[in-house]
Amino acid sequence: MTDVIEIPPGAAPRRAEAFKPKLHVSNLNFYYGEKQVLHDVAVAVPPNRVTALIGPSGCGKSTFLRTLNRMYEAVPRTRAEGIVTLDGEDVLSMDVVRLRRRVGMVFQKSNPFPKSIFENVAYGLRVNGRMRKREIEEAVEHSLRRAAIWDEVKGHLHDSAHALSGGQQQRLCIARALAVNPEVLLLDEPCSALDPIATAKIEELMFVLKESCTIVIVTHNMQQAARVAEYTGFFLLGRLIEFNKTEVIFKRPAKKETEDYITGRFG
Amino acid sequence: MRHFIEALEEFEQKLLEMAGLVEAAIHKSVLSLTEREESHAEAVLRNEARINQMEIEIDDFAVRLLALYQPMAKDLRFLTAGIKINSDLERMGDLAVNIVERALSLMHEPPVKPLIDIPELARLTEGMVHKSLDAFVKRDSALAREVLLSDDAVDNLRDSIYGELKAFMQRDPSTISRALDLIFVARNLERIADHATNIAEDVLFLVQGVDVRHHAEARQ
Repeated sequence: MTDVIEIPPGAAPRRAEAFKPKLHVSNLNFYYGEKQVLHDVAVAVPPNRVTALIGPSGCGKSTFLRTLNRMYEAVPRTRAEGIVTLDGEDVLSMDVVRLRRRVGMVFQKSNPFPKSIFENVAYGLRVNGRMRKREIEEAVEHSLRRAAIWDEVKGHLHDSAHALSGGQQQRLCIARALAVNPEVLLLDEPCSALDPIATAKIEELMFVLKESCTIVIVTHNMQQAARVAEYTGFFLLGRLIEFNKTEVIFKRPAKKETEDYITGRFG
Repeated sequence: MRHFIEALEEFEQKLLEMAGLVEAAIHKSVLSLTEREESHAEAVLRNEARINQMEIEIDDFAVRLLALYQPMAKDLRFLTAGIKINSDLERMGDLAVNIVERALSLMHEPPVKPLIDIPELARLTEGMVHKSLDAFVKRDSALAREVLLSDDAVDNLRDSIYGELKAFMQRDPSTISRALDLIFVARNLERIADHATNIAEDVLFLVQGVDVRHHAEARQ
């Protein structure tokens, strides 16, 4: 898929940005057993930008996020149909190890391995290939620096990761995801359990990280979407109702459903 | 959420109360000139402090709602438009006071000429003010656009008033002081009409999310 997509559908922003999508999704349908939870989703995710996905619980935004690196395959009887491409390559048929190396993920609840801080980050590097001890040490430091947690942990890299605070654990998980140099980082409500200071650190991190990777974040916090994302998509009942520049979504959404949701008049 | 919607309604009520005071001030300022009636002038001067006080209260209220609820989309447009309308209304109140000051100075002087064009200018201006506020209440963008289109007529009438009064001053220098007062009245009325235009622009932003300021073509 090499075509240049003119964003967006719906109300045109004042300056449309032409880009070659990093991820391109069309006609995506997703099923848990017989139950269809995503309907005909189509979206072009711009490279080196933060794209936020918002919508009420159960609207399909997390499921959608999981189709981008096929994390849903861990759940039995799930099925994705349609087209998902990463730089034009078919995501749904790609070797899954290679896919997940290219598309990393961080979850709502920080889930460091019950190992040391160092080993949490080194783990993916070891799985991914042979590296010398020295190279691994350098890569761990580099990832911890990119995740803006190095200064806080450099003196006790071999302590248990579980001794870290919630916000530090979440940044450690980001460092772990970054260790294999992913092109895309998927964040599923990464700040929902964090205080405002820890949240601010993660948001600050996103600003830096997007220079080197494409970020897609699911968030229930609309102010967070407004703060960090250049693009925002609104999901409702398994459909992508509206996708546009964040500023347009929050200032002048084209669809009534979007407006009702973001102004809290929903339901 | 219900609290927020109620608070927005309260905010609009306060703004409309302010608008009522300002409309009355403009109307009475014109009457003080045309009817040479000091009681009208006094009423305007008395109300000024109340208008200023309301401006502060409405601004505080808006900032509080922005801080507490972080409104989005139409609520955000409503509050930001409301803040600007509030400031336009306060300025209109000041301009009404300016008119009253000129009216008071003219009240005990013989008239330069029978007032014809200034009452007409006042009629157009008051019409624009009323229509812009009506457009706000009804969220009516068509009505707001009508206000924008009537601004030229006000500017033209003001120019012809300037021309006529200039001719009076050239013919008879004893009229200079009184004619200048009338020129200032015309200027203040025209400035009030400009603020009505601003309100109409804010209504368009509120209803349609478009910014038409300084873009003549977008006003159509």
